[in-house]
Amino acid sequence: MHLHEYQSKEMLRSYGIPVPDFKVSSKATGIGKAAYELSPGPFVCKCQVHSGARGKAGGVMLVNTPAEAEAFAAKWLGSRLVTRQSGPHGKPVNRILIERATNAVRELYLGATIDRTNAHLTIMASEAGGMSIEELAAKEPEKIFKVPIDELTGPRPYQGRALAYKLGLKGKQVNEFTKIFVGIAKMFLEKDLSLVEINPLAVTQEGTLLCLDAKINLDSYALFRHPDLVELDDPSQEDPRIARAVASGFTYVPLEGNIGCLVNGAGLAMGTMDIIKNCGGAPANFLDVGGTATRERVMEAFKVILEDPQVRCILVNIFGGIVRCDLIAEGILGAVRDVGADVAVVVRLEGNHAEAGAKLLMESGLNIQAASSLRQAAMLAVQKAAEGAA
Amino acid sequence: MSILVHKNTKVMTQGITGSQGTAHTQQCLEYGTRMVGGVTPGRGGSQHLGLPVFNTVRECVDVTGATASMIFVPPAFAADSILEAIDAGLELIVCITEGIPVLDMLKVKAELRLHPHTRLIGPNCPGVITPGECKAGIMPGNIHLKGKVGIVSRSGTLTYEAVKQTTDAGFGQSTCVGIGGDPVQGSSFVDMLELFENDPETEAVVMVGEIGGTSEQDAAAWIKEHMTKPVVSYIAGVTAPPGQRMGHAGAIITGGQGTAQAKQQALRDAGVIVVPTAADIADGLREAAGWN
Repeated sequence: MHLHEYQSKEMLRSYGIPVPDFKVSSKATGIGKAAYELSPGPFVCKCQVHSGARGKAGGVMLVNTPAEAEAFAAKWLGSRLVTRQSGPHGKPVNRILIERATNAVRELYLGATIDRTNAHLTIMASEAGGMSIEELAAKEPEKIFKVPIDELTGPRPYQGRALAYKLGLKGKQVNEFTKIFVGIAKMFLEKDLSLVEINPLAVTQEGTLLCLDAKINLDSYALFRHPDLVELDDPSQEDPRIARAVASGFTYVPLEGNIGCLVNGAGLAMGTMDIIKNCGGAPANFLDVGGTATRERVMEAFKVILEDPQVRCILVNIFGGIVRCDLIAEGILGAVRDVGADVAVVVRLEGNHAEAGAKLLMESGLNIQAASSLRQAAMLAVQKAAEGAA
Repeated sequence: MSILVHKNTKVMTQGITGSQGTAHTQQCLEYGTRMVGGVTPGRGGSQHLGLPVFNTVRECVDVTGATASMIFVPPAFAADSILEAIDAGLELIVCITEGIPVLDMLKVKAELRLHPHTRLIGPNCPGVITPGECKAGIMPGNIHLKGKVGIVSRSGTLTYEAVKQTTDAGFGQSTCVGIGGDPVQGSSFVDMLELFENDPETEAVVMVGEIGGTSEQDAAAWIKEHMTKPVVSYIAGVTAPPGQRMGHAGAIITGGQGTAQAKQQALRDAGVIVVPTAADIADGLREAAGWN
């Protein structure tokens, strides 16, 4: 689960980590009023969406007066911001954050995530803030310092000091940085986070440290112990089909092709996409219906796939380990009858009760093609999609 | 020989009276696994599926001599169950549960470092099977065939795909291990490759990876240095768009290292036969091992 920047900054502030004074509003007049209260300018206005790269897309702007701030808000509120990370349809802008502009003399990067190789919470920092950390990680990994946090002792101040010196911080900045370092690790552990990114962490003209931008992701698996954080979720930022999939208990990611995929297991779902591509087709989506697929869930998955107008064929690929293929077959039949699927459906069932499932499909009298292997299923789906598109 | 489990392995179930625990313990019994008992706190002293139920793992181990445990406990309590199994001294813990908070797994990993004699497989995995001898997991037993290929995979259903092809081709499997798709896992590819390398029954290995993380690169480095047996690999997610989350928390592409292409290249450089789709695994084995 992702947080907005303003939610992330509020969480940071609650841990004593310095963020600029900011205000948030869902109304343009609210932003104008906030600018008066924060005066004097200049101000930074920022669209609150679940996406990075907002600045390059025009979603962040430096303005000098409350009137300009209000105009920026009026322009964006109610529209969608399309960035290079947001997907082609962008994300709706429902709130604007405004704060006084900070003169940064240096921009550092500070992040926290789980390093899966050594299985520790790891704090990462770099002198090269401001740019994409992924690019830096790929091109100059030696410029990112990594500090693992011990599960027993938690974050230690000496680790923060050592990192501060590596980043070239001096005097009071070292202690300020150490507090931020310890605070972020503590926050990560207490709130069950999966990612914290402060980029940039600014050294201001006055020589103090300030978190100018913040991105926090929560571990969705741990939300059961944080009912207060669940309320921070903003479903408007998700593709409505993704949100429905989550509500129904499966995973859906829309893609660009025309072959809808319904698969059990994330690995096999990716494997199905790969073989469709290998056979000359293009998958319309990733869809993992899960290990405990029920008839209802299969029906809902069918509906979500069919809402994509590009879909010309649906490939169902189920390898039943936990799931029973005959129950899946019933779901498919129910969906094809209820939803009135007018595209070709190719089904490959394998494993638990596969024969009973195949029999149900064959005897249904519906336009369903059975395939006996993964490659045959993919080839058939590619062929049907081409026919459907013609 | 085989790895991890064999016909004499005494297996218990944590969460044995739950719906998943019941269904899969039943299927393991039917497969011929030497199931010896189970644990559900508060149900100690009763019988379930003809097996004794205990309140604690320690009691179950003391009475039945179990050395391996399958865990079907809900995610909120699963890490506690793993820690209980570590404390009771089990040699092998197979955690099927999906959805364990990652910070819970960090604590489990910290504890495992203090107990090198205990091996954890999973979580979020199908388990382990040595065909014809012992099934400790949720995989469909009937697709397996006793044989010479060791299979290790991060994905459940893709493991089955690899199994089916090696069965249809007549090669069969020595042992199949699903190590799970979560970011923090009990065992890695390298751990399993090392066991397969030292197992006389395993003649070739199939390694099924996926996008995200760098465990395939770690495996490639190990293979280059130590592996004498042929390895065939399929990496799922060649067509996945960068940065998209594809269901597994672990499968997020980061920093160029996590892409399928980067993994494939590292494996090829280590002499591994990398096949383009999951349907080509048997052909890859024919090429790598010179089998017909």
